[in-house]
Amino acid sequence: MARTSRPVSRRQAWWLLASVVAASAPLTQQIPLWLALAAASAFGWRALLTWQHWRLPPRWLRAILVIAGTVGVFMEYRTILGRTPGIALLVVFLALKLLELRAARDAVVTALLCYFMVLGQFLFTQTIPTAMLAALTVLITTAALLAASDDRPQPQQQLRRAALLLLQALPFMLLLFLLFPRVQGPLWGIPQDRFSAVSGLSDTMAPGSIAQLSQSDAIAFRVKFEGAVPPQSQLYWRGPVMPAFDGRSWRVVQTVGAYPAVPYSGSGTPIDYEVTLEPHGKFWLFALEMPATLPPESALTSDYQPVARQPVRNRMRYTQRAWPEAIAGRNEAPDLLRGALSLPKNGNPRIRTVSEGWRAQHGEDSAAILAAAENFFNQQLLIYTLNPPLLGADMVDEFLFDSKRGFCEHFAAAFVFALRAAGVPARVVAGYQGGEINPVDGFLEVRQYDAHAWAEVWIAGRGWLRIDPTAISAPSRINNNLAAAVPANEELPFLARADMAWLKELRYRLDAVTNGWNQWVLGYNPQRQRDLLASLGLKEPDWRSMTAVLSVLCGVVMLGLTAWILRNRLRVDPVLAAWRRFTDRLARRGIVWQAWEGPLAFAERAARQAPNHAGSITAIAALYARLRYAPDPQPGELIEFKAKIAAFQP
Amino acid sequence: MLVTLRHRLHETFVRWALRVRPPEPSPIILTQRRVYVLPTRAGLAYAMALGVILLGAMNYNLSLGHALVFLLAGLGIVAILHTFRNLVLIALRPGRCEPVFAGSPAQFALVLENRRPDARTSLRLFIGEQEPVEVDIEARTSRVATLGVPTTRRGWLPMPRVTIETTWPLGLVRAWSYAVPELDCLVYPAPAAKAPPLPWSGDSARGTTRDGRGADDFSGLRKHQPADAPRHVAWKAVARQQDGPLLTKLFAGASAQQIWLDWDALSGTTDGEQRLSILARWMLDADAAGLAWGLRLPALQLRPDNGPAQLAAGLRALALHDHGAH
Repeated sequence: MARTSRPVSRRQAWWLLASVVAASAPLTQQIPLWLALAAASAFGWRALLTWQHWRLPPRWLRAILVIAGTVGVFMEYRTILGRTPGIALLVVFLALKLLELRAARDAVVTALLCYFMVLGQFLFTQTIPTAMLAALTVLITTAALLAASDDRPQPQQQLRRAALLLLQALPFMLLLFLLFPRVQGPLWGIPQDRFSAVSGLSDTMAPGSIAQLSQSDAIAFRVKFEGAVPPQSQLYWRGPVMPAFDGRSWRVVQTVGAYPAVPYSGSGTPIDYEVTLEPHGKFWLFALEMPATLPPESALTSDYQPVARQPVRNRMRYTQRAWPEAIAGRNEAPDLLRGALSLPKNGNPRIRTVSEGWRAQHGEDSAAILAAAENFFNQQLLIYTLNPPLLGADMVDEFLFDSKRGFCEHFAAAFVFALRAAGVPARVVAGYQGGEINPVDGFLEVRQYDAHAWAEVWIAGRGWLRIDPTAISAPSRINNNLAAAVPANEELPFLARADMAWLKELRYRLDAVTNGWNQWVLGYNPQRQRDLLASLGLKEPDWRSMTAVLSVLCGVVMLGLTAWILRNRLRVDPVLAAWRRFTDRLARRGIVWQAWEGPLAFAERAARQAPNHAGSITAIAALYARLRYAPDPQPGELIEFKAKIAAFQP
Repeated sequence: MLVTLRHRLHETFVRWALRVRPPEPSPIILTQRRVYVLPTRAGLAYAMALGVILLGAMNYNLSLGHALVFLLAGLGIVAILHTFRNLVLIALRPGRCEPVFAGSPAQFALVLENRRPDARTSLRLFIGEQEPVEVDIEARTSRVATLGVPTTRRGWLPMPRVTIETTWPLGLVRAWSYAVPELDCLVYPAPAAKAPPLPWSGDSARGTTRDGRGADDFSGLRKHQPADAPRHVAWKAVARQQDGPLLTKLFAGASAQQIWLDWDALSGTTDGEQRLSILARWMLDADAAGLAWGLRLPALQLRPDNGPAQLAAGLRALALHDHGAH
């Protein structure tokens, strides 16, 4: 089309520069420093170009810059595929596009690229501040697009118009957001760099690894209980089970599901709840012990750990049921039990001696050995602390007999070691213990500092029993929380502390808002969509019925807006409408009101041509003239005028 | 081949679109039935970009990506409505159209009336392949848009179909409509570039005229008449007598003459159009020389006279001269 060849004006160039800056600024942290600086200088160049009326750089220079940028990105990442390299390339192209703004078409392309960049931001973060920043970028870009077709309005006016258009777009956005049939991604393979650096439990446990987590108050997951919240001491969130021990660290063995459904039967009152799990990049899903149902797309390993098919890379939500008193593994496989007895040949001689003493005393009676072990741990007067001393090669011995100070992983590891040495199958279970109810929205928030480790002991005829050796020495960790259990002078994450109530209150509110955002905006997935539609009375909604409802509602909004657009049509001046009726009737008699005739001149002619009606024609025209042109027409006159015309039958 | 097919399809669409047989009675109101909306190239690119953003949002499960794409989709829908609103219910009336000589563009003036309490922005009007005219119309006002159309033949030139379109505000969609207002332009024959000299023959009267309508020698003053040429106004005389009437200088002289421009005198030229061109050239020359000239055509005769009215009448007679006559 002819108009796309119009050159880009200065004002349009300023607008485009503003939208490109708004779109790339939030990505500064994601791209390499050299690129950020290069982009900033391209922006400065563009500004000078526009300001000083300089000429655009020559084509060969731009070509060199594009190649240099692409090569630079490749050198940086060793690839140009994937999330971060892709964004970096987009920044290169966008910055250089600014240096070749020629025709209106370039302006449109630039604006569209800016919209893309907004999506780029969401790849890294989707928090409320990001959303607000993105809204600002969209506003500026839309104003730039407006300016691309009409650059005369002042900037404020342009922004106001863009805001108005976006406000009018909001109803469509809401409808589409709620009703557009959602597909669970990914549609194709996702480059690995999408997920990196997430904190959480790892699949090995060495001394100090959980203590490190206790310094973080990041949310691990949130839980909404169906009924009453169970007591704190029951909130054991089962995570990775670690039966393998190499003398220093404990390790997960099973990562693939063995049971598609729970292999044990339940007992006791079930607890129903819903977990919103933050992405942690591992397979396991956290469940209140013992899990009674499995989330979709997951299975249970042979050590009763729910695992997902894919690593948890997005925030996910699942409903769960727990049987707090379930007995699992009553008939456990012999090789699994053998694995739960294996110990390195050497090391920790002192505890081995103690364990062998229990064995000699109680023989095959595992329950008695367990009681002896618990008693032993109690008598050792161990101290629960976030800052245990470093341990040497025989770390169980050093912990139990020398330093006597440790965090939960020391307790669990030492306990399991002691039982295995006495011939009782045992393993370490990592996970989270406790959590805190957010009084604002009633969700239980489990944070990284709630990370915990405990032991599971197998006793013939009773299956696996949970024993928490930490609870033996520091019961307040289990019954209350971390802050109550550790000595007062130890440094804790802010939220784990007991003081500063008002700041905590503020933080609760903020967390509740974030949670609402996560639950309803970010976590609005196919499942939640189905639930919402079902609650609106749409039974078993599929994509067809969703599309139908969506089309109908969008149509209604469209009709409403169209009616608003055409509303002026409906407001016809009553005087004029009546006068038209009058002239139409005369026209049927062949007396046509000509465009050049005034009403009185027309009436005069009409009266001559239709002498029978001369009186009423003259009267009507006189009234019309008064209603139209008199400074103070009376309301009664309009009624009279209408009545006369209604009675007029030429 | 493809181009002609496209052209023919387009013509069929336009004929269907106009529905009424052109020309249309005034005022032509662009009702919602005759305003069409389709995406522009930029709009298609926008839609494609939205598709890609949606795929990305689905693949990475980005809820805010979905929100972004839906917001932009809503923006697209709103753009359709605004573009449509920018054009719909404009009233068009034919305006003035001054006669032109064949070869120079006819200037059709159209009055566009906006009855709404807010402005219409960036409307483009064009005829065929002609350069579009861009106008804005303020709230509750009207604007005149003048559209040029090249002329080749003398006679009445009806105003061709006008396309009126807009892509405001976002340039993503184009709303357009067609109108054929009832407006005709009178096209005079093009004056011949090379013409024989003015025909001083037959009953063309040489010598001094008594009525003093020559141009050479001043012979007196009389009261100004509207048809008198402005350059003959006796400004000095007017200035001398305060509040007096305008006076026209009268001239007498050898060139204050009468001349007959005769169709039959050009029997040497067989081409009728060529004859008309020569006659047009003579008329212009005679008018410029201040001669009183008369015109004889096979079906029409103009008495000798001079001035703009005579010139207009003469050229009009030439323009409307029966095409078949020789």
